[in-house]
Amino acid sequence: MAGDSTPMLLSGNHAVAWGVRLARPHVIPVYPITPQTPILEKITEFHSAGEITAEVIAPESEHSAMSACITASLTGSRVFTATSSQGLLLMHELLHYAAGARAPIVMVNVNRTVASPWAFWPDQTDSLSQRDTGWVQLYTESPQESIDTVIQAFRIAEEIGMPVMVNHDAFYVSHAMESVEVPSQACVNDFLPEYSIPNMLDPDRGQSFGAPVDQATYNRVRREMGEALNNAFTACDSAHSAWMELTGRNYGVIEEYRTDGAELVLVTLGSMAGTAREAVDALREQGHSVGLVKVRLFRPFPNDQVIEALKGIANVIVLDRNYSPGLGGILHQEIKAALYGLQDGPKVHGLLAGVGGVNVTPAKIQELVLRYADNDPVVASIWVE
Amino acid sequence: MRYIEYKDEGVFKSGHFACAGCIESLSIRIIVNAVGTDAVAVVPPSCGAIICGGYPNSSLSIPTFHTTLEAAAASASGVKRSLVARGKPDTTVLCLAGDGGTYDIGFQALSSAVERNEDILYICFDNEGYMNTGGQKSSSTPLQAVTGSTPAGKLTPKKNIVEILAAHNIPYVATASAGHAEDFVRKVEKAKNIRGTKVLIVLIPCLAGWGVADNAGIKVTRLAVDSGVFPLYEVEDGVKYTLNHTKKSMPVNEYLSQQKRYKHLSEQDIAEIQSGIDKEWARLEKRTQASVD
Repeated sequence: MAGDSTPMLLSGNHAVAWGVRLARPHVIPVYPITPQTPILEKITEFHSAGEITAEVIAPESEHSAMSACITASLTGSRVFTATSSQGLLLMHELLHYAAGARAPIVMVNVNRTVASPWAFWPDQTDSLSQRDTGWVQLYTESPQESIDTVIQAFRIAEEIGMPVMVNHDAFYVSHAMESVEVPSQACVNDFLPEYSIPNMLDPDRGQSFGAPVDQATYNRVRREMGEALNNAFTACDSAHSAWMELTGRNYGVIEEYRTDGAELVLVTLGSMAGTAREAVDALREQGHSVGLVKVRLFRPFPNDQVIEALKGIANVIVLDRNYSPGLGGILHQEIKAALYGLQDGPKVHGLLAGVGGVNVTPAKIQELVLRYADNDPVVASIWVE
Repeated sequence: MRYIEYKDEGVFKSGHFACAGCIESLSIRIIVNAVGTDAVAVVPPSCGAIICGGYPNSSLSIPTFHTTLEAAAASASGVKRSLVARGKPDTTVLCLAGDGGTYDIGFQALSSAVERNEDILYICFDNEGYMNTGGQKSSSTPLQAVTGSTPAGKLTPKKNIVEILAAHNIPYVATASAGHAEDFVRKVEKAKNIRGTKVLIVLIPCLAGWGVADNAGIKVTRLAVDSGVFPLYEVEDGVKYTLNHTKKSMPVNEYLSQQKRYKHLSEQDIAEIQSGIDKEWARLEKRTQASVD
């Protein structure tokens, strides 16, 4: 049966490697970086055992890894890579290039602090600072969600012809182990069809790709790219419902948790959502009407879904494990922008909680909720450690 | 004068954007026709990228991917591995890069591709500087040459990239010139039939950047070879050296005096350049002799 799965004790990174194995990519250019490396090592272990048959390229940098991803993708191959932090930043130029070239690459980024100073802790500034590159961005909170999302990412990327980045937090997700339902190959084959995007660089086509263009052509190409990216909403919906049918696991572009009748809703990304969920339960038990919205799809930004979830709520607290100097929490700014102009919209508080990997416990979140619920919000995000 | 016949399958079209008289267009024509139509080209920003043309036109009938300046060898690796994965391992993957994209910003990616022995044919059109941005120095710019960023002449010599590539034990690296077209075609055909990474360094006198007369491209590249400034040679597997043009038949000033970038040289400067060339030539002869022995 397609729905068969095997429970395995896996870290988030090894869950990703299993997802990649099941997705059957053709080319995997990849470069090591902490804390992504277990993804690379598990993939090369599968490869040396013949369980992944892709061409694996181990170049000298993430820049070259992403360069090879783009051309391999355009040459008619399903392509995967993984990186983190400085590696993602080194790729920055090519992230724009990949989206502009409409290469449906899937990449996992392990969210880690960016230097200087050098550090290795969970922090989402690395990927959030790539938000203008044209990649679909998804954030996951557990190894199970990571394997499921990686498999979904290939389908979404290939359906819309745009690259997809799946982000999970350093250590909290990348190295924490849990029992993961690993779907059967038959299940993934049902969900993810054979790669069918033609070789754009086929000598029989004889077409150039990426040559200099005039202003009007550039303008048109960027508009078309934006339209393609926005197709991610329907592609995500279709992937989520097909996955739900096959596995029973349900995802949306956002997830609402106990928001019914809530007066205050927490909004966050990634592993912080798991902690916030516990805080919500504890606060509910104490009689506070609190809920949670987890933003799973960050690009394209799900404005409509966020408005729908937050309209009529009195207070919203955004928890940002990232920091844009001179601006504040990046999710805070996005949520305010989404809600701007909404009649009787919520008061939006932005809290910089856990930047640099500082631990944020469920008790800490409860305390923050009680402290900020009755305050008037301020424009800037507030440091709360 | 002897007319040289060479294969032309029409892979390179007229109407391209090379400067009038520039022998890079002739060099591209020689290369792509020797390689044939079952090929993909990867081109980083360079004069070559301009010559290949702007959308919706292309002067190459083979598919051409325009990549970033530092990534030509990595991008070519991606094309080749994808073709292998998809059952088309025999298609030739060509890089057409400049010296900035090879000696400087693209060197890291090139070194890694050579270390991995990627099956690509990498061509460097070496005009000894960033000529497409108006003529600034690269690490290929020779000693004493004036460029936009070395207005008093460059204080350090040209990087010996052939030797660096040979130190990678690359299957094949060679120098070539459109002024010696038969040797050039032979080298492209030879390289095409070797599995692994192949690099050809092709000297392209930049008419504007070097201060050379519009009709003197071939003459200057031949003088470069004859004076020993740009020896034509091959290195196989990092050890087997072959000098293809075995005479160094004239003093370097015959070559330097054709170019405005060397107008400021004193006799002592010229003697210093000559001494450097003589040393390099002696070294190459020794290597060649050692390969025979």
